[in-house]
Amino acid sequence: MAITIGILAYQGGISEHEYLVKKACSELGIECRTRWVTKKEHLEGIDAIILPGGESTTIAKLASRFGVLEELRDRIAKGLPAFGTCAGAILMAKEVVDRKTKKVLENPLGVMDISIVRNYYGRQRQSFEIHLEIPAIGPKPFRAIFIRAPAITRVGEGVETLARLDGVVVVARQGRMLATTFHPELTEDTRIHRFFIERVAKLV
Amino acid sequence: MFKLWRTHLIDVGFETIADFFYKLAEVADRLREDGEELLFSYGPERLPERIEVPKRGTVRVKLGFPVFQKGGVCMDVTNAEQAGIAEDAGAVSVMVLDKLPYDVRKAGGVARMASVKKIQEVMEVTTIPVMAKVRIGHYMEAVVLQEIGVDMIDESEVLTPADEERHINKWLFEVPFVNGARNLGEALRRIYEGAAMIRTKGEAGTGNVAEAVKHMRSIAKDVLAVSRMPPEDRMKVARELGVPVQLVDLVARLKRLPVVNFAAGGIATPADAALMMWLGADGVFVGSGIFKSQDPMNRAEAIVLATSMWYDPETVLEAQSMISEEKSMMGIDIRKLKPEELLQVRGV
Repeated sequence: MAITIGILAYQGGISEHEYLVKKACSELGIECRTRWVTKKEHLEGIDAIILPGGESTTIAKLASRFGVLEELRDRIAKGLPAFGTCAGAILMAKEVVDRKTKKVLENPLGVMDISIVRNYYGRQRQSFEIHLEIPAIGPKPFRAIFIRAPAITRVGEGVETLARLDGVVVVARQGRMLATTFHPELTEDTRIHRFFIERVAKLV
Repeated sequence: MFKLWRTHLIDVGFETIADFFYKLAEVADRLREDGEELLFSYGPERLPERIEVPKRGTVRVKLGFPVFQKGGVCMDVTNAEQAGIAEDAGAVSVMVLDKLPYDVRKAGGVARMASVKKIQEVMEVTTIPVMAKVRIGHYMEAVVLQEIGVDMIDESEVLTPADEERHINKWLFEVPFVNGARNLGEALRRIYEGAAMIRTKGEAGTGNVAEAVKHMRSIAKDVLAVSRMPPEDRMKVARELGVPVQLVDLVARLKRLPVVNFAAGGIATPADAALMMWLGADGVFVGSGIFKSQDPMNRAEAIVLATSMWYDPETVLEAQSMISEEKSMMGIDIRKLKPEELLQVRGV
């Protein structure tokens, strides 16, 4: 049976996720479609949602303008699987604050019991890549690309930490929600996408 | 609604593109081992098989940054207050200037990088990326901007060129660069020099989108042409453009530029922005168009909306209704400009 994966498509690394979703599905032998989500009606009939990287302020503003934010909050709370990378993780977090300006992001989805600090490592010059140990997806280290990345500084009860880097959480899971603070969509490594999609396929 | 030209980005993936530059550099590295240190220095530093300590300024990190600007609007601002308006309107980044391009044009004289203090003031208050411009070929202005810590450097024809024949070797920097281009040749030369992002030049500070359209169309036309050429002709094109044939081959495979490509120069309304997106832009820079209009707040928000959802006529209409044409910046007829007043001819 084919699954449909929605990608919140206002801004950011949308086609990069689409590419990796398709690659992961073909490796898993799962038939899948992707759908760009920008309006409420696009949420009908999707089996999972991916929240891509971009500027969280821009995405939150547009998603709230079209009423997608509220609708998505409901659906995720009711069990729609969600996978957020970087800005996507920021949208999912319960509390979000900027490291330097201490500005609080007003209308994130707030569905995942984690606290996030935006621009945790600093500005673009402090962006980096590194091989990361993520036991849940296998022993081979994952090449993680952190771009103006946030950090998960607190995980609530029921949130499982899947990877850490220098003491802060970089991959976390709570129920059907998965968040990474780096960008797996900038690599050819489909393991994190497969990890997510495998579980989505089991639900369908 | 689809873009005017379909591309193959989605079949190829980001990794192929990032890897391409390492492969090019590997050839140069082989040749360099024999001693000649100064030759073949265009390219990234080689990475270890396994990265144990965080590695900054790599190709993936530099080409990755503009990926997360796609579908967004970068706005020119001249102070912290305007930067706040831009962020609230939903801009994905701001470009700090001392004078908007329109005023640069009016003021004349030598246009240089913005004051350090001004850039820092904006960086203090904004959470979105901050960019700033350097003069073409001015290595030291770029060093200064990298030290301040801006997120991206624009080697821009809007400022007076410091080197009339060369551009900065952008591979030497940890911070990514964006460069202007009028055609495929300019774009590929800048990419080979290490630019992580390209924007059309247009004719800045005119409020007239005609030149940006011309440049975007020119790039698209040439990309389409090389993607249909036999290898012998691609070799000929590479020679004429002054870039490695492998880079031309990559463009032919992707059917687009291998880096993120924004539109800039003369965008003044939401419909202008949507037009540029339809023509193949990944996002837009708006210079004088917002803060030289009478309704900057509404206009900024409307342009963000139209850029993100350019393919949806209903949303573009909604965006276009948020502004009123009498409040648009006046605009300049480009045919009335003297040849020496054109900014786009700087840095080829």
